[in-house]
Amino acid sequence: MATEVIGSTEQYNFEIVKKFSIMAVVWGLIGMSIGVYIASELAWPMLNMDIPYITFSRFRPAHTTSVIFGFGGSALFATSYYIVQRTCQARLFGDGLATFTFWGWQAAIFLADISYMLGYTQSREYAEMEWPIDILIEVVWLSYLAVYVGTIMKRKQPHIYVANWFFLAFILATALLHTFNNLAVPISMFSMKSYSLFAGTQDAMTQWWYGHNAVGFFLTAAFLGMMYYFVPKQAGRPIFSYRLSIIHFWALVFLYMWVGAHHLHWTALPDWTSTLAATFSIMLLLPSWGGMINGILTLSGAWDKLRTDPVMRFLIVALSFYGMATFEGPLMALKDVNALSHYTDWTVGHVHSGALGWVAMITFGSMYHMIPRLWNTKIWSEKLIGTHFWLATIGVLLYITAMWISGITAGLMWRAYDQYGNLQYSFVDSVAAIHPLYVMRAVGGAFFLTGMVLMAINVFMTIRQGDREAARLRATSPTKMTAASA
Amino acid sequence: MGWLNWFMSFEHAKPLALLILFATFVLILIYVFGNKRRGSRLESYKDMPFRDEESDTKEDRIK
Repeated sequence: MATEVIGSTEQYNFEIVKKFSIMAVVWGLIGMSIGVYIASELAWPMLNMDIPYITFSRFRPAHTTSVIFGFGGSALFATSYYIVQRTCQARLFGDGLATFTFWGWQAAIFLADISYMLGYTQSREYAEMEWPIDILIEVVWLSYLAVYVGTIMKRKQPHIYVANWFFLAFILATALLHTFNNLAVPISMFSMKSYSLFAGTQDAMTQWWYGHNAVGFFLTAAFLGMMYYFVPKQAGRPIFSYRLSIIHFWALVFLYMWVGAHHLHWTALPDWTSTLAATFSIMLLLPSWGGMINGILTLSGAWDKLRTDPVMRFLIVALSFYGMATFEGPLMALKDVNALSHYTDWTVGHVHSGALGWVAMITFGSMYHMIPRLWNTKIWSEKLIGTHFWLATIGVLLYITAMWISGITAGLMWRAYDQYGNLQYSFVDSVAAIHPLYVMRAVGGAFFLTGMVLMAINVFMTIRQGDREAARLRATSPTKMTAASA
Repeated sequence: MGWLNWFMSFEHAKPLALLILFATFVLILIYVFGNKRRGSRLESYKDMPFRDEESDTKEDRIK
């Protein structure tokens, strides 16, 4: 049993955690601002302004890359480096290598965004980066793996806490997915352009094996690692059931790998592959809900914290959205439901209930817990966290409600026939019908972005407060020592 | 090597994979829930996030 007395005076490497935390906020602001802009472009196309660099098609991957890899990725680097050190009671392995992961990762996101705006893309969703950036990511990712495994190997605790299992699965799976999905042949050594090694249906299948597992391992497993540490810490009580977390882990990592093909229902993909993916998607409901229940029940006996603690509210509402999105996902993976939902905004709404409701909310909660501790101070304004919470919640609800109505409306219009068997509506009829919902979506996004701005202000002021307190402490310490010696 | 062809057929490979994976899952369940002493050892790990709190305060003092 792991009962070592812990009282290590060894200092952890928190500098790297601080850097990634700041950049998570910066990328959150950039990515969400672009998101609101492109949502507005869909509602008011004049915003494209005939400038090729900022058209929807070029800005959209800049939005997804900035929020998923910039905001989410930086937050994951920060929290995983923080958690692995604290649960292993060991300093991070390889300070230089960890610093390289920071600069390498930031460079990759920055270069990717610029290259999309210049028109370079692999046209693979969530993997649009061209080959030189892919190679940079590969090197950074392997360094990340080395830092993480190196830290675990020098741990002072005999057991590896379950949050680290989720992070390790995320790092390993992402390495695998990134490598195989990006196998491509550049047209020359000095050209950004490349062509995929796969063709036809295989190409689509590889892309969605990557695409859905990016959701499964990058946006789910890794953030569950965050959840398994920060929910107990903020609640001040251990996770509801450690054994359930073990079952949750193994079932989740096994089932996720098989479900990607549900993105290709009713296509040239063999029917059995499609059915297999749908079956595994339904089975995935069990571990997902097991994990959600495990997280939420951690608060059992201390529900009053939801009234009094805005950080706890972020974490628990994130888990609720996780439960909702992982119920909706299997539902949409059913072939009959998918026939209606696919190619409509229902999919966009589903993704955002996971991305905003689960991923962003659990990140906000974790950051609000971690940042004051990193700078050894208190949060600048608790009231502002409460305001951020309501802005974010209203924003997500407006966004996903708009997209559900829009998706189902368009889906039903596309399949409507008149008495002669002709299509009842033209495509443009469906676009006109959903236009008000595009406006509603942009408003929802603006709410969410405003919350993010408040968070940036709160984080900036907290850091400034922490730095000032540290400077004051340094300034008064020698005075005290002189007085004492006199 | 002809016997390897048996595994290449989906009719054989799919039920075999199902059996292997189901058995693995059942074994994990038995490992996790099948023994009281092991169960309480596993549950003791849930306190790990709180074991670093003393070092936390020391670090804070260093800063």
